[in-house]
Amino acid sequence: MFQMYYYLKNLSPTQQVGMLFVTIFGLLLLASVGAFLLSVREHADEARADFWRKELKSLDAMLRTSWLMVLVFWIGWAAGDWVALTLFAIVSFFALREFLTLSPTRLGDHRSLVLAFFVVLPAQYALVGGGHFDMFTVFIPVYVFLALPLASALANDPLRFLERSAKLQWGIMVCIYGMSHVPAILMLKFPGYEGRSAFMVFFLVAVVQVCMVTQHIAAQRMRRKPIAPAISQSFNWDSWGLGVLVGSLFGALLAGITPWVPGTAFAAAFIACSAGGLGHFVMKALKRDRGIPNWGAEGQSVTGAGGLLDRVDALCFAAPVFFHTTRWYFGV
Amino acid sequence: MLAKMMSYFLLGLIRVLTGSQARWHGCPPKAEQRIYFANHQSHADLVMIWAALPKELRSVTRAIAAKDYWTKTPFKQWLTSAVFNVIYVSRDRTSDEDPLEPLFDALQNGDSIILFPEGTRGFTGEPQPFKAGLYNLALKFPDVVLVPAWINNVQHVLPKGEVVPVPVLCSVTFGAPMQLGAGEDRRAFLERARAAVVALRDV
Repeated sequence: MFQMYYYLKNLSPTQQVGMLFVTIFGLLLLASVGAFLLSVREHADEARADFWRKELKSLDAMLRTSWLMVLVFWIGWAAGDWVALTLFAIVSFFALREFLTLSPTRLGDHRSLVLAFFVVLPAQYALVGGGHFDMFTVFIPVYVFLALPLASALANDPLRFLERSAKLQWGIMVCIYGMSHVPAILMLKFPGYEGRSAFMVFFLVAVVQVCMVTQHIAAQRMRRKPIAPAISQSFNWDSWGLGVLVGSLFGALLAGITPWVPGTAFAAAFIACSAGGLGHFVMKALKRDRGIPNWGAEGQSVTGAGGLLDRVDALCFAAPVFFHTTRWYFGV
Repeated sequence: MLAKMMSYFLLGLIRVLTGSQARWHGCPPKAEQRIYFANHQSHADLVMIWAALPKELRSVTRAIAAKDYWTKTPFKQWLTSAVFNVIYVSRDRTSDEDPLEPLFDALQNGDSIILFPEGTRGFTGEPQPFKAGLYNLALKFPDVVLVPAWINNVQHVLPKGEVVPVPVLCSVTFGAPMQLGAGEDRRAFLERARAAVVALRDV
């Protein structure tokens, strides 16, 4: 056991990150093979077979998302920071496309939308890539906040102007600003931790994902009274707290891959998980406002939205908070 | 070669911008002779409905385009003829021949066609009244299947007068085939066809 630990500790950062990916790919492969074996098993009665088919279908969807996520990380890590940035920019693009489809805009917003997709999005990621921390944290809240409503105002259409500007600004804040803080973690320079910042991105995504899955399962199993039933039938403080707790404990377990001791890792994960869980709840309120349960529920989606935003919204809220607190507290 | 590359480029572009989702609600995609008729709000409509069709049907399905507009520049002409293989229809009634003549030829050849019966792009969400062309075609070719389609959201991608498209998810919903009733009045049929298209908005 200890030999194993020292062996891992003495590997170079590159080898450690490589080990991490080998482990994750191995686990995923095992899970996929398991799911495949379950799917070819014969069942005595039809009802059980049907139940299993449904279970396997959702498992399959989850596995596919995980494969995709890990592949994205792996490509991003293997090909360097700029490729990672581009990949996150693409996720931002599709998330924003989904967000804006379901908050319809008017023709007068066309120019602002063009700016948002083709100027603001690349500019924000370029600022992240250049490591201009002071600029990229204020670029959207300060400069874009003025520029886009200006473009809309010039289109000479006052109808529901505040509402339209707010929608666009929100979409940009969540899908571009929030998302861009995930690769921004790659640019943080912790002393004595060079070449391993990919671990920090992994840390954030892993703890938030664990927190959200736990919260989801807990809400289904515990069946507590929802706090705001008009917004979410499932959200309650107990399952939220459990999700945050499990996510934070998982964070403490992962302390070995961060520059922190377990206590610090627990605190950082706690902050990220709280923000992620609450952000997901806020996004639910937004979806209710549009009268849809999911950003692209199957069968009833008018838009063909892939439901990408459903999967990344917690991350979009967790990343800026995690990034900012880390940078502020540790002064990196 | 160039035309083929252009068509792949446009297909890729429309997928990135709109997701170009096809929803077959009333009928499956099938290699029979059909007239698809849809609402028309944007130039992107043509590419949209074309991208929504399966690859096998795309080559035998031809859209209708206004001759005066789409042959104005060499590029527009090349795009519509080499890439999309459209059927040109002249909108001005100066010539003696029936403006639908090219459509008759195409249908006699066994091609399927895509028709925007409003005749021009609309500004509002509601489609304008349908022109008589659809009725005349249905009368002359009773065996061709008429499939209504609703193109959702495309007007937001490229509104009339804009150059740069923005990404918005769009879909094309294909409805149940309809027939011209025996002795059905022209106006009644066109109204029914329009209602069939509008009804697809909410499915």
